[in-house]
Amino acid sequence: MTAALIFSLALQVVAADSVSSQVDAAAPDAQERAIVVASKLFGESFLLAEMFAQLLESRGMAVERRLGLGATQMTFRGLLTGDIDVYPEYTGTGLVAILNEDPTGTPAEVFRRVATVFRERWGIHWMPPLGFENTYAIAVRRESAERDSLRTLSDLARVAPNYIGGFTPDFIGRRDGLVGLQEAYGLRTKEVRSLLQAVKYRALAGGDVDVIDGYSTDGLINRYDLVVLTDDRNFFPPYEAAPLVSRRLWETRPEAVRALSELAGIIDVETMRGLNRRLEVDGDEVEDVARDALRALGLIEGPALRIIRGQNSSTTGSFLSYFWARRGETLALTLRHLWLVMASLTGAILVAVPFGLLLERARVGAEAAIRAVGLLQTIPSIALLAFMIPLLGIGVLPAVVALFLYSLFPIVRNTYTGIRDADPVAVNSARSLGMTEGQILRYVRLPLAAPVIMAGIRTAGVITVGTATLAAFIGAGGLGDPIVAGLALADTRMILAGAIPAALLALCVDAVLSLIEWAVTPRGVTV
Amino acid sequence: MLNAAGSSDVALEARDVTKRFSGAPVLQSLSLVVGRGERVALVGESGAGKTTLLKAFNRMVRPDEGVLYVGGKDVMSLSAVKLRRSIGYVQQDGGLLPHWTVLRNVGLVPWLCRMEDRKEMARDALNLVGLQTAEFGHRYPRELSGGERQRVALARALAARPDIVLLDEPFGALDAITRSELLESVRSLFHEIGVTALMVTHDLRAAVRFADRVAVLRNGRIDQVADPKTLCRAPATKYVEELLARAGVAADE
Repeated sequence: MTAALIFSLALQVVAADSVSSQVDAAAPDAQERAIVVASKLFGESFLLAEMFAQLLESRGMAVERRLGLGATQMTFRGLLTGDIDVYPEYTGTGLVAILNEDPTGTPAEVFRRVATVFRERWGIHWMPPLGFENTYAIAVRRESAERDSLRTLSDLARVAPNYIGGFTPDFIGRRDGLVGLQEAYGLRTKEVRSLLQAVKYRALAGGDVDVIDGYSTDGLINRYDLVVLTDDRNFFPPYEAAPLVSRRLWETRPEAVRALSELAGIIDVETMRGLNRRLEVDGDEVEDVARDALRALGLIEGPALRIIRGQNSSTTGSFLSYFWARRGETLALTLRHLWLVMASLTGAILVAVPFGLLLERARVGAEAAIRAVGLLQTIPSIALLAFMIPLLGIGVLPAVVALFLYSLFPIVRNTYTGIRDADPVAVNSARSLGMTEGQILRYVRLPLAAPVIMAGIRTAGVITVGTATLAAFIGAGGLGDPIVAGLALADTRMILAGAIPAALLALCVDAVLSLIEWAVTPRGVTV
Repeated sequence: MLNAAGSSDVALEARDVTKRFSGAPVLQSLSLVVGRGERVALVGESGAGKTTLLKAFNRMVRPDEGVLYVGGKDVMSLSAVKLRRSIGYVQQDGGLLPHWTVLRNVGLVPWLCRMEDRKEMARDALNLVGLQTAEFGHRYPRELSGGERQRVALARALAARPDIVLLDEPFGALDAITRSELLESVRSLFHEIGVTALMVTHDLRAAVRFADRVAVLRNGRIDQVADPKTLCRAPATKYVEELLARAGVAADE
């Protein structure tokens, strides 16, 4: 009876899986597919991407948003593989981080250089710049600037050994970031801490770090009364923002390209700073800010609100009403999250249980094989997700594969030990009375091991719900989306709007799996 | 009867059987004949080779040399699974399947053999060992006492009405009183149904009470095979004498 139950469960899971793949297969063909708009993990990138998306939607095109991808590597890879159609990029980043060239030249020279090389090398197109530059702004507290009389980066290099740096991960690794800065100015801080955009300013204001990398268009620099140091050796290249467009979009969707070109040269640095301030200081919703901006620029219909709002009211609303207003979206994200978990967990069960059985039959090398699977578990989640990008691009597939790999170990291990250690006296007597090995497996070992195997699946399930929140970094969606966006926008409510449902989902998954564990536990061995 | 492989009155025969485990011999060219309907006990200290010999008969152990016959046929010429289904088997601690009810456990072999009236056979077997189906049939093994478990294991071994039953320390894990009671009822039951039984025990007293003949094993060889009276009166070796003395079995028993 229990074997039948396991079997029927497996069938249901398989059925659910095939339904979802049918949904994928039923997606419209490439011509008609939704345009995928992506962004990186900071507020301005979110905002520009949202503006792209709303502009395209206002022109009647279907858009899929993949906002808040982890780093340049992920967005650019996505553009190459065709998983992404357009995202906002900066010319200097293209020059240094993608082309690996020296950060020199006037804005026009840099734009010409990246536009030519990207087109010739990859068929990727730089649209005309939006009209503002957003360069790195190395900032310190006013009090430090006054104490050490700092005005330029050369001044900073002099006192840097007493300073603690807090930089975004992206900046630390880039040649136009910390690496180049160290060469150009001989700037060596006492310590470097890797900080997300969201916490950088607070860490600086609170004195945990002494110097950070900001953006010249940041809304937060004024708020925290920071001093931006002059790049006296012109180290940072020009960073003009522009839509970066995939070959596919360029060649097959001229109407989209035309719509995006309407943004050319119409956002100046003051406008951008004002928009960023609404987003990062006032805590307005990205969608609202983007819509207001497009209206003010005359690109979409509707009353043009002032771009810069005063002290705004939305931050004062309670978390509950905020959460309630987002309930539909949260439900959709939760279902998406659950789908990611179910797909990867189902795959892991279908692979890991037979693999565990196989190891138990072979015995030779079983411990080594299990240890090897266990090694997968020790790879940090973010690293594993990042490994997937060159192989599988971005989006759902690499996330599911990564989550699948994480789920294998507890299931393989529990299957192996559960089957191996199943009541040896009972197994011996079953064999002595003439059960075949197949019958022993099916009627004795599997039922007795079922609770142990289920416990492994339960562990894997809970781990997967948690890890799946990181899948947002590579554009897979789910409850990680508000967490990632909240981190980028320093919006605690948004982080909680993802984190709380994720925690509840983990509890629910655990409860359901524990019910199944109870159901598959044979009556005679229930404790 | 002594060298009668193939003859109808021999149930089990081991001929020159040798078995080594990682080099050390456990059975050394051992021979034994068990007649049809006979009850033979294998006694000796642990490591003497009793269980190995028992398991060689249902192919749970494969000998290095020598031949074993069951019902006149070389066991290696039979399918291991069919052979095992045709022989009853009881082991220490019962070995009942913990997730199966008593009735399902008892009906195991009839079920494996796809017998038609297997439910009835299971009920009959339970009755045979003195357990009521209505009271015990739907319990799980862990809901039984040790003695009840061994009775169920015995019923399971007998359910498909085999001609031969192998018992490996069937009463080993029981307290003295339960063991004594069970031993008595098994003896009369086996007598009644006329089944051939080969029982491994380290308990010489139990062996003497249970068996038609007792075989004393030492270091993989048989020191003496004799009916209990002869064994007690005329121990063939000093070892058998010692064993009898240690077990406190008096010559007149």
